[in-house]
Amino acid sequence: MAQVRVTVDGVNYADDVEPRTLLVHYLREQLGKTGTLVGCDTSNCGACTVHLNGQSVKSCSVLAVQADGAEVTTIEGIARDGKLHPVQEAFNEFHALQCGYCTPGMIMQAIDLLGDNPDPDEHEVREGIEGNLCRCTGYQNIVRAVQGAAQKMKPGATADAPATASVAGGGS
Amino acid sequence: MTTTADPTTLEIGKARTRKEDARLITGRTKYTDSITPHGTLHISVVRSPLAHATITGVDKSAAEQAPGVIGVYTAADLGVEAVGLPCAWPITPDQKAPQRPLLAVKTVHFAGEGVAVVVARTVAEARDAADLVEIDYDPLEPVLDMEAAIAPGATLVHPELETNESATWVFDAGAAGTGGSVDEAIAAAEADADSVVVKRRFIQQRLIPAFMEPRSAVCDPSGEQITLWAATQVPHILRTMTTVTLGVPESKLRVIAPDVGGGFGGKIGVLPEEMLTVVLAQKLGKPIKWTETRSESLLAAHHGRDQIQDITITAKKDGTVTGLDVHLLADMGAYLGLVGPGVPILGAFMFNAIYKFPAYKFTCTNVFTTKTLTDAYRGAGRPEATFAVERIMDELAVELGRDPMELRQQNWIKHEEFPFTTVVGLTYDTGNYEQATDQAMETFDYAGLRREQEERRKNNDPVQLGIGISTFTEMCGLAPSRVLGSLAYGAGGWEAASIRMLATGKVEVITGASAHGQGHETAFSQIVADQLGVPFEDVEILHGDTQISPKGLDTYGSRSLVVGGIAIVKAAEKVIAKAKKLAAHLLEASEDDIEFSGGQFTVRGTDKGKAIQELAFAAFMAHDYPEDMEPSLDSDAVFDPENFSYPHGTHLAAIEIDTETGHVDLRKYVCVDDIGTVINPLIVEGQVHGGLAQGIAQALFEEANYDDQGTLVNGTFVDYTLPSAADLPNFDTATVSTPATSNPLGVKGVGEAGTIASTPAIVNGVIDALRHLGVTNVEMPCTSQRVWRAIQDAKGNATQETPIATHSPGAGLGSIDPNNPQGETE
Repeated sequence: MAQVRVTVDGVNYADDVEPRTLLVHYLREQLGKTGTLVGCDTSNCGACTVHLNGQSVKSCSVLAVQADGAEVTTIEGIARDGKLHPVQEAFNEFHALQCGYCTPGMIMQAIDLLGDNPDPDEHEVREGIEGNLCRCTGYQNIVRAVQGAAQKMKPGATADAPATASVAGGGS
Repeated sequence: MTTTADPTTLEIGKARTRKEDARLITGRTKYTDSITPHGTLHISVVRSPLAHATITGVDKSAAEQAPGVIGVYTAADLGVEAVGLPCAWPITPDQKAPQRPLLAVKTVHFAGEGVAVVVARTVAEARDAADLVEIDYDPLEPVLDMEAAIAPGATLVHPELETNESATWVFDAGAAGTGGSVDEAIAAAEADADSVVVKRRFIQQRLIPAFMEPRSAVCDPSGEQITLWAATQVPHILRTMTTVTLGVPESKLRVIAPDVGGGFGGKIGVLPEEMLTVVLAQKLGKPIKWTETRSESLLAAHHGRDQIQDITITAKKDGTVTGLDVHLLADMGAYLGLVGPGVPILGAFMFNAIYKFPAYKFTCTNVFTTKTLTDAYRGAGRPEATFAVERIMDELAVELGRDPMELRQQNWIKHEEFPFTTVVGLTYDTGNYEQATDQAMETFDYAGLRREQEERRKNNDPVQLGIGISTFTEMCGLAPSRVLGSLAYGAGGWEAASIRMLATGKVEVITGASAHGQGHETAFSQIVADQLGVPFEDVEILHGDTQISPKGLDTYGSRSLVVGGIAIVKAAEKVIAKAKKLAAHLLEASEDDIEFSGGQFTVRGTDKGKAIQELAFAAFMAHDYPEDMEPSLDSDAVFDPENFSYPHGTHLAAIEIDTETGHVDLRKYVCVDDIGTVINPLIVEGQVHGGLAQGIAQALFEEANYDDQGTLVNGTFVDYTLPSAADLPNFDTATVSTPATSNPLGVKGVGEAGTIASTPAIVNGVIDALRHLGVTNVEMPCTSQRVWRAIQDAKGNATQETPIATHSPGAGLGSIDPNNPQGETE
């Protein structure tokens, strides 16, 4: 067993894990963070996307021990003080989800994308979420939602919208 | 507390954002794999790597000794050798249906079939131990090609059946009296210099539904009722079929479909793994969980499509169609799925589509092969039919030198001809093909694009433009129970609903149609809000648990709104009738004088009235109510439709093809769909977008390929290429509406429309771009390589087999050459 110390959605954890444990399985099975989902076994689908030290990663392609000392943010940790993240709001507003299975990963990837590129055009959004598969929506409304969220998140767009940098950082 | 709704604002037609999103965007969801009762044991299935083989030995000893392993079991160990999974659709009285076991007994019949199951403390331990189970096989000849499979002397998938033919099902309009004899139509056309006969063969490749949530089941045996959570579209059918399969009394079973991550037909079924969780939970007295890996899912979950279609159309040289003859071979795979044999039959009534064919015949032979079984996949039979008829209409147009749209217009049912009884005897209640087409052509700029196409051809532009048309219809709202009875289907087609008026004025609605992404909770709330005059927010939709929703036939075939939604309307009508009686009593008026509008029951000509919430409270208190009624407004209804519904639409695709590389670019896609009354335009648009993506994926990206040993060669998401966001454009979608007359809401259904319509639009566009170069066909998926080869073939250039290294796995353009799936050079 190996020990891992990690902060997940603002809570500190210290756990013994099998060295081969994937981060996604650690999150789901040991921490009960079942909002992060598993959709494939070849790191193609992106359903398990979380932020590791502010960068989006597919948590099926990271070992739990590699997250030692790191800060992890999942879909369960992005709403603040009972208020949804602008990307979460936009997914609802633009009907960017149907079955919802790709949604946690898609939202986490979209937040990362907007951190890198706060005002992406359609093509840039499509390229930026290419590693996250959705079988329900045909992506059109996801693209709209990401662009809609970008507008909301522009500095000064609304009084309470978080600044882009801290959103991309994903930490608490 | 409860407010009354503003009666002037109707919910139906409003683009409400979805109620269900709140839990889905925050990770608060409960998909089956997130449910782990304390003490749960996990299973892993040991699967055959061979397509066809005799099992000569199973050595479990190493696996049994592995850490955390509770047991390793074969069918014999579990005493389930005689258990067979159900097929609910004997399409003919003499249909051959082999027993489909929970685990293979002596012979494996497809690569991926389970042979043994490991039970362990954790998933990882179960999977590790599964790798230690040693199974010896004697390989048998795989059976892969449908035509070879039904030729004399073929290797038999199930020797005890003495044939690889499961059944042949025929619909002959001449014999049925619904139309003319197609044999006579063909003979007449062949003898007539003023007629043409066009024959084509189309291939519906094998597809994988590929829902995003892998299948999963958890069985907890600890209660008086055994509880089975399952990632299923069909919790009610699963309960009944678990009883049929295992003999557990239905009253001892509770099935729950919690949040379900997509289905597309792929989660209609009774799975061997689901039954194993029940058997093992009963045996071990512990909760048992199974969750498949994606690779297992692609390999062993049922596939879709896979037909060879031989189509003959006859027409006068003036363009009037005179007959259509359809011969299908449909690959069932190794066993019959729950409704698998009926899938091609659902297409039998749709090949004639929107056209006035006077003569028609449909013949389908279902064939066994040693591949994964096939069953419903979005559209189920109707995409196949629509593809064939829309492709052959284009071929006929070419033969006659006509514009393909003009030829369609000449032959379709005119709007003033509705209701129209077709050559198969179905009565289309409403539709307006002219309206949808005119709007689509205008948005698309059909004339402008035809001019551009002409220019590019004239200039010999390396990038050629093709225009693809699909003017489709479908039969939705499955289904009138009597029709299903006449087709020997093993169930009815009704749907159930209940409405509970709570003491505080809130409303619980129970539906038997359980969603897996469609947005039922939102759309049904809108319907109930209007029916009862209560606020949208006050309506709670309950579904997917047989203890809460005891009666239902579940979600598939664009039926939830058209059948399930109408059941809700019928239940609401009963609530209103009861409330009216109570209102009359409390207001001391005659029932005939009570008027209901916007949630208010008023005495005609007075300002006296009661809100529906007040009446719900009065019924709860039950201090004062009429002697001839029970103190309750709660009501149940079961709705059995009398007819199908017939959405239709015109879909147009502009396809650019780089003739030097074969690259296909979908430049523009316009569709105008008539789905009757729209309950929620936001949800409708989403359903159309997603449907289009799947139909386009069949045309351009996806195919399940087997090698000559019967191994699925693209069994991961690396090489089974679902389109990504970067592979698709924005779609220009719109709706027009001729409300259905077969139901009180005028709704027609939208879940399958995009998938059914789009595939032929794309392929017609691809071929239209290349036709002038001599290309007459490109098989699906129309990958760059196939398109390039078709161009070279048409030019008479020899092409070299491409080694696998030059394919582009995962690039979204079909990386496997089906003629050479292993990429072997000769």
